[in-house]
Amino acid sequence: MTTQVAPSASLNLNKVGLSRNDYKGAPSTLCQGCGHNGIAAQIVAACFEMNLVPEKVVKFSGIGCSSKSPTYFLGRSFSFNGLHGRMPSLALGGMFADRTLKGFGVSGDGDTASIGIGQFKHLVRRNLPMVYIVENNGVYGLTKGQFSATAERGLMLKKQGTNPYLPVDIAMEALISNATYVARSFAGDPKQVKELLKAAIAHNGIAVLDIISPCVTFHNHENSFHSYSFGKQHEEPLHEISFVPARDEITVDDFEEGTTREVELHDGSHVILKKLEKEYDPRDRWQALRMLEEAQVNNWLITGLIYVSPETPSMFDIYNIPETPLNRTPDSKLRPSRESLDALNDKMF
Amino acid sequence: MSEKNFIENDFCITFSTVNGSGSATANTTIMRALFKMGIPVSGKNIFPSNIQGLPTWFSLRLSKDGYLARVEKDDIVVSMNPATLSKEIEYITNGGVLLVPDDYAVHDIRPDIIVYPMPIKKLIKDAEVAPGLRDYISNMVYVGILSQLLGIDLDLVYKALDFHFKGKLKAIDQNFNVVKSAFEWAQHNIEKRDPYTVKKMNGTDGCIMSDGNAAAALGSIYGGVQFSAWYPITPATSLAESLIEYLPEFRIDPDTGKDTYAVVQSEDELAAIGMAIGAGWGGLRSMTSTSGPGLSLMSEYIGLAYYAEVPVVIWDVQRVGPSTGMPTRTAQGDLTMVNFISHGDKNMIILIPGSINECFEFGWRAFDIAERLQTPVIVLSDLDFGMNQWMTKKFIYPDQPMDRGKVLWEVDLEKMLKKHSGEWGRYRDIDGDGIPYRTLPGNMHPKSGYFTRGTSHTEDAGYTEDPVIWETLFARIAKKFETAKKYLPNAIADYKQNAEIGIISSGSADPAVVEARDLLAKQGVKTNYLRIRSIPFNDEVGDFIFKHKRLVVIELNRDGQLHQLLTLSFPDAAAKMKKSAHMDGLPLTARWVEKQILENEENS
Repeated sequence: MTTQVAPSASLNLNKVGLSRNDYKGAPSTLCQGCGHNGIAAQIVAACFEMNLVPEKVVKFSGIGCSSKSPTYFLGRSFSFNGLHGRMPSLALGGMFADRTLKGFGVSGDGDTASIGIGQFKHLVRRNLPMVYIVENNGVYGLTKGQFSATAERGLMLKKQGTNPYLPVDIAMEALISNATYVARSFAGDPKQVKELLKAAIAHNGIAVLDIISPCVTFHNHENSFHSYSFGKQHEEPLHEISFVPARDEITVDDFEEGTTREVELHDGSHVILKKLEKEYDPRDRWQALRMLEEAQVNNWLITGLIYVSPETPSMFDIYNIPETPLNRTPDSKLRPSRESLDALNDKMF
Repeated sequence: MSEKNFIENDFCITFSTVNGSGSATANTTIMRALFKMGIPVSGKNIFPSNIQGLPTWFSLRLSKDGYLARVEKDDIVVSMNPATLSKEIEYITNGGVLLVPDDYAVHDIRPDIIVYPMPIKKLIKDAEVAPGLRDYISNMVYVGILSQLLGIDLDLVYKALDFHFKGKLKAIDQNFNVVKSAFEWAQHNIEKRDPYTVKKMNGTDGCIMSDGNAAAALGSIYGGVQFSAWYPITPATSLAESLIEYLPEFRIDPDTGKDTYAVVQSEDELAAIGMAIGAGWGGLRSMTSTSGPGLSLMSEYIGLAYYAEVPVVIWDVQRVGPSTGMPTRTAQGDLTMVNFISHGDKNMIILIPGSINECFEFGWRAFDIAERLQTPVIVLSDLDFGMNQWMTKKFIYPDQPMDRGKVLWEVDLEKMLKKHSGEWGRYRDIDGDGIPYRTLPGNMHPKSGYFTRGTSHTEDAGYTEDPVIWETLFARIAKKFETAKKYLPNAIADYKQNAEIGIISSGSADPAVVEARDLLAKQGVKTNYLRIRSIPFNDEVGDFIFKHKRLVVIELNRDGQLHQLLTLSFPDAAAKMKKSAHMDGLPLTARWVEKQILENEENS
């Protein structure tokens, strides 16, 4: 497909005059080949291509390997690495400081699907506008290889034996908590990860990305759900996804009639979904739930934009929060007047 | 009864009812009417952890001398609950009064007690009250009868109802008609045989009535609160609910019609504190309000806020612990928990308001302190302050502008960089007071961003596990708490000439101590008094301890927690400080305090 993108002054600079390097972070200290590094690279690419100003981005994470990764992208942005499973609450408070900021939350399956599942679902329920990435590898890496709640039943790990439980499906948990944007992807499919990230950034609400991100050290067995080899062989995309920013003209010449589906996001940008084997409408919540159920029962790794509801009011809309950052409110608008206290005293019994 | 035998404006009425019966309206109505007569009053609600059907008591003390503490004996009991009648009779003072519905079986009553039966059912029937409202409105019968017996001005009863029902005429009239007919019934049918009476005076000039939670919320609003996250818990709930009630009045921007605040009811206290810390980090004046169990859950995040140096205000409206304890009873039992909260070494700023007015004052001051020092500030109130209605001096407007602390916006950061050869670090101690400078998210200066973490970090906010860097930075944080002392409210000392005994206390123990000192003085026992208002202890505390040979630390808990902290801070004085702690869920009384001091004198 082609989209017409305004030519930059220099090929290496984006519309806000920054190079890709301006979006990088510190060198990664994760294991060589860790899926999380690939995701960090796509966050860099997506933010560069979306022309985000790093100072307008704020990053949050919890505890675990995934939660370390905000160090490895957008080094100029503010970031807060909080407590295990409690990134959502931290992010919620932090985002209220300035609603014009773009928020990235990076979490893992240990962080989100166990201790943090309550906070995760409540953040989703409130529709706080931010990108919520779960780097999902089915294992606790930082404590050296224990089952996480997303590990599939029957999985064998060196120290733990066989996992007796069915997995928690993060995408499904998000969906039943009324998430307004739910996607699943695979770290081994960087193009899809990037396009899903860009659409997530444009979305006015919570955008949950459950990204299967293999742990090469503790959990990369040939046939396990969260491994590279499984993903490479079994990933089944729902569609081919492209993100078209607002104000860019969509040229559909390359698409055959009836082969694509467009979803317009709140800011006027579009997601173009090219049909693959089956019809799939990501605005149909019931279809999304059925697809997830089938995928779980059959151990299918189905990726793509699972669900989106672009016009649901965000938490900031619900709270009637001004566009000007709350953290720049002058003191004169924060402390009521002396006269108002006199009136209040008179009104008290 | 001759005039001189009257007991005027100085007695205690206890109303015994079942909760959920609407008695709170009747009880506060009487209290407010008395307050408007200029009589100093204090009310204590003793209620169960239950919504409907269990015994509840409201003790209303009138004190012409202005004492607000609980008293142990009742002069008048209004009993609307046959299940607890025999117990209440035990508490009636010699020659006291019992008002009781005329259909209660009252057997073997003490002969000294004066009993007035009340024809509740008949009066309610005559008043033609809708059947659904009968139970609620039947309480108005005792309002009317008591008003007649004691001499409460009916116009002021009307005023109190008007306030309670926010001017809704139908509700006011429905209640007031019952009050009036009961008043008239009493006029014609009761021959007054008791000595209790009320008379207008001017003991409430310049005072208002408020509960501590509303005062805390209003104080927070005058402190410019921008964000509050909370989870329902007795006795803290009404603090957040007062924010929700009052904020729209003060904080909708007239220029934009938008809210300059957010109050978020979180999914639990783990999330409430996370949200509050996130917002504090983002530069908002941020708070949460909870009680002991909630604070236990918040512990880990508070440790992070301490080490990552994030301002946040946490109100702990204490109740009886440990565990679920007595959720609807009062205590000062969280002090040591708060002082040592969360794992690892740390320092905590604790503010302890000692009146409703101070709940208001510390409401705004806590934000200044938290932002100045970039650290959590925990305000210790309790159920007695938080949920009871108190008379208090009118709220006083903040006497200093808001202190937003060391925040660098774009221009400030540019200046800072110029001054320090292009460098700044989030955790550098540039001024030598232990307090670093912070930037806030949304700052567009390319050098403003930094990484906040609860893991070990350098002065420039980078990750490190270097032992020397850890220890240096950690020592610098400790230094902040030396600097803190000049920003914290001083302890208040009151010295009497030639007094040798020093009493130390804090918070809601104050009214009992104040009264006890007068009781003691009448017996020639002179005392000095120090009321602690903040921790770390400032120099005033050390001075007071140094000046006395005998000290008694009065508090409402089992272990003597304030005594413990004082002993840790002033180990040389340990031998001369006596622990006087007591906790049964009820506010302390002056008699108890008096006894403690006298016993200590006998033993020393």
